[in-house]
Amino acid sequence: MTTTDRGRALPRQEGPALPRYLREPAERRTPLAYPGYRSTALRAPLRTPVDLPHRLTEVTGPLLGEDLVTPADADLTLRMGGEAQGQRIIVFGRVLDSDGRPVPDALVEVWQANAAGRYRHVVDNWPAPLDPHFDGLGRVMTDSLGRYEFTTVKPGAYPWGNHHNAWRPAHIHFSLFGRAFPQRLVTQMYFPGDPLFAQDPIFTSIPAAARDRAIGTFDLDRTQPDWALAFRWDIVLRGAEQTPFETEDDGDVA
Amino acid sequence: MSSDYVSPQVRGAVEGNDRRPGTPRRGSGFLDEPLRLGLTPSATVGPYLAIGLTWPDGPFAVAEGTAGAVWLRGRVTDGNGDLVPDAMIETWQVDPDGHVDHPDAPPGPGPVPGFRGFGRSSTAEPAGEYGILTLKPGRVPDGQGGLQAPHVDVSVFARGLLDRVVTRIYFGDEPEANAEDVVLRSLPEADRQTLIATPTQDGYRLDIVLQGDRETVFFAV
Repeated sequence: MTTTDRGRALPRQEGPALPRYLREPAERRTPLAYPGYRSTALRAPLRTPVDLPHRLTEVTGPLLGEDLVTPADADLTLRMGGEAQGQRIIVFGRVLDSDGRPVPDALVEVWQANAAGRYRHVVDNWPAPLDPHFDGLGRVMTDSLGRYEFTTVKPGAYPWGNHHNAWRPAHIHFSLFGRAFPQRLVTQMYFPGDPLFAQDPIFTSIPAAARDRAIGTFDLDRTQPDWALAFRWDIVLRGAEQTPFETEDDGDVA
Repeated sequence: MSSDYVSPQVRGAVEGNDRRPGTPRRGSGFLDEPLRLGLTPSATVGPYLAIGLTWPDGPFAVAEGTAGAVWLRGRVTDGNGDLVPDAMIETWQVDPDGHVDHPDAPPGPGPVPGFRGFGRSSTAEPAGEYGILTLKPGRVPDGQGGLQAPHVDVSVFARGLLDRVVTRIYFGDEPEANAEDVVLRSLPEADRQTLIATPTQDGYRLDIVLQGDRETVFFAV
């Protein structure tokens, strides 16, 4: 696989002080293409992306969600008139930017397999049972301090055919907007100590230095006695540099 | 307390190392750069995104029936030229006057009724095709004393993409504005054409080619 440059680096000359969202160095970002994950072979672009200056379209983003979210959306264990099977867990944490500032009033969308590792989706038909009281969809808004919390069941692992005897570690999908276009993030939260990590190319595609950030931590203090276990997962979105732009080559063409 | 023992972590620590958790870097003991939290790494949206990311009004960046609304449509194809029927397209843009209602934007006349500016479309139906109903955006400053051509920022998510990829939709019936656009002008002609949508009866059409000879220009945002 080869990559070729195209286009010239665009100058960064700016009058008014628009925020510029900082990039993580490439060695700590998940690469687009990863040979072990076969589906990337024909889908990941091969050419080097062109640096896009952050102007008005890029320093803003949709601020939405409140009309999309009801309190019931934060409890995935109560659906279709009954209770989901499985280990009840509370997943909570904060959404922050890389300067440690909370991201308040932001939509968090989650989806996951049921306790048996089966998704309620037409494409998922491996022989594990569906749960009539679990649809796997949750939505919450962060509060004024960037906190989120939802109740669900621990998802099961499942086979996925990427390679012989390939199993996905238990995970919950997360989708976040933050407050500006560069902060948009879709990711997956894993559970600590999962023995399936080493054979999962979607997990190992994350650079080793950043893998811990994708794993929630068990939090005994937040368990609910006689009710639920608890896992904490803080999510960090890109922070902004608020200084006026200068002409520079900061090497952030990924 | 002195000791000749040097822990493996300290011995292995070199300037410029990747500062894995628990790995110290030799230095003054003072922070020499702003403290920043490490970003949460991205992951693929996977094949089951429809469970979590389906909104009934997703494709409507502007309410149906709004005067001047146009459909942005196109196909998403992979490196074999095959349709990608399990992707999601999201769009974000300013309003027709070049304004956006956001704390980091210059104050404007207020939101355009029915205009969200954000659209989300799966490519499931028809297979491999997205569709977003919106208003054509206005022009915004390019930071160099000029104006950018009207454009829509686009994110593409799919199984097989470990992170989103970002591109733009420009408009084929804006030749003068496109000729002045800093971003378009920086690109070779053939690459520029991958970003310019063709007018149709009810809007515009632009195909997104994830990989291959006619690969769409993607941006590092």
